[in-house]
Amino acid sequence: MITANLSAIFYLVSGVLFILALRGLSSPETSRKGNFFGILGMIIAVTVTFLSIGNFSSGFIYVLIFILVGGSIGAFIAYKIPMTAMPELVAGFHSLVGLAAVFVAISAFLNPEAFNLGNPGNIKLGSLIEMSIGAAVGAITFSGSVIAFLKLQGIMSGSPITFKGQHALNAIILISIFVIIYLLCSTQSSNLFWILLAVSFLIGFLLIIPIGGADMPVVISMLNSYSGWAAAGIGFTLENTALIITGALVGSSGAILSYIMCKGMNRSFFNVILGGFGATDDKTKNASKEQRPVKSGNADDAAFLMKNASSVIIVPGYGMAVAQAQHALREMVDTLKKNDIKVSYAIHPVAGRMPGHMNVLLAEANVPYDEVFELEEINNDFANADVAFVIGANDVTNPVAKTDPQSPIYGMPVLDVEKCKSVLFVKRSLSPGYAGIDNDLFYKENTLMLFADAKKMTEEITKNL
Amino acid sequence: MEIDPLIFRLSIFILSIFVGYYVVWSVTPSLHTPLMSVTNAISSVIIVGAIIAGLSGNSDAVFNTSSIFGFLAIALAAINIFGGFLVTQRMLAMYKKKKKEKK
Repeated sequence: MITANLSAIFYLVSGVLFILALRGLSSPETSRKGNFFGILGMIIAVTVTFLSIGNFSSGFIYVLIFILVGGSIGAFIAYKIPMTAMPELVAGFHSLVGLAAVFVAISAFLNPEAFNLGNPGNIKLGSLIEMSIGAAVGAITFSGSVIAFLKLQGIMSGSPITFKGQHALNAIILISIFVIIYLLCSTQSSNLFWILLAVSFLIGFLLIIPIGGADMPVVISMLNSYSGWAAAGIGFTLENTALIITGALVGSSGAILSYIMCKGMNRSFFNVILGGFGATDDKTKNASKEQRPVKSGNADDAAFLMKNASSVIIVPGYGMAVAQAQHALREMVDTLKKNDIKVSYAIHPVAGRMPGHMNVLLAEANVPYDEVFELEEINNDFANADVAFVIGANDVTNPVAKTDPQSPIYGMPVLDVEKCKSVLFVKRSLSPGYAGIDNDLFYKENTLMLFADAKKMTEEITKNL
Repeated sequence: MEIDPLIFRLSIFILSIFVGYYVVWSVTPSLHTPLMSVTNAISSVIIVGAIIAGLSGNSDAVFNTSSIFGFLAIALAAINIFGGFLVTQRMLAMYKKKKKEKK
């Protein structure tokens, strides 16, 4: 058994190691060391907890068994998961953090003596407040992440589910959560604690259903943030520095990512949260759909254009992930490079279903990360490039965002693809993207549409090169 | 008058938010997915609370309602810790620089 002071110092050490873990991610070179710091911090935190309890009775064996069972499931998932499914995985993991926070809060509520928080029915006021906030946020994280997971998996439709009075209902439920916490603290009634959990599960569910599939990057980042605040709430209850530091780190990390994603779509956070985007009524959509001429081509034409180019910029989007075309794409690029053609990749902040999704997929396909550029870094290069190869992206290239103030995506930062000498657009059909609007780029003189599955088309182009 | 320890914890919390703010802004956008998976893993340090909860029973009766929730939380957090760190490692291993010898 070690003293409370000593263990507090060790918890602080593991908190600092977690900060270093995030700090490492500032560049790919230092990132692997950062991950190691994170693992070290976790080992220290767990070991110190065992030592400070000092109870190596039969219960200890069970703890190890549960860690082993959970650990092997986690390790198995980590090795099996395809990189295209990272958004689902992260959403799923968020739900587990949320549920774990709820379980710890329940356990602390039922047996406060074990945590030094008082007796059942007479829990210290501060602890009870912290505990209920942790439990409520944890429950919201859990049910919200489950919905996000189902939507990403396609088990649930990605289209927003809205109904009349939705916002009013949500507002009432949110207010009632505060009322319940207040009543819980003044009565210590266990019934209220269960009601609080039930209502929090409900609101997590209601908050996420109106948000459309294309807004998933924001939702995942937001839930990331929530899972952090839930952990921090439990950290206050347990008076544990490692948890408080981590909770704050994760909470602000998720908040920043949500901000970056919202900015990438030129939408306010509340606009995304209140949902319903992408559900623009179909009537207007169909009415404005005039027949405009489109130039379409085949793999041969595309190969010819690229062979004669001296620089090519690739613009990948979620469609590339769906078609699993990243490997085929890299093979095509290898062939281009052999012909002394300069190739770079342009990534829009909201390409894919989560922040940085495209970068991971390209890295998986062995694309060196120093050939991959963010929007601000590469946007000026389009004017000097010969060919832009758009694969699976749509709205993020739409010039309407710069020209038409009436457009729902007006003001959104877009890639200046149309400035290229010629544009190759791989797409299955002319259907609009998630914003539900036509892409002007389709009808430009210098655009050649390649109607096909992204992977098949890329493979064919490689053959023709 | 003595300062309530809660204030100290609150100070740590607030300062950590600021540390988090600056550290996360320095993360390169290409590593945002690993950032999410690693924050997932480290927020599972909540396992600390789960272990205390799991070991709250006495040696005659390891399992009671409270400790069962603790054990379940241990399993959930462990999935996240192992899954989160390993998948992060798997992703980070894929980020490679351009090979010098090849064009």
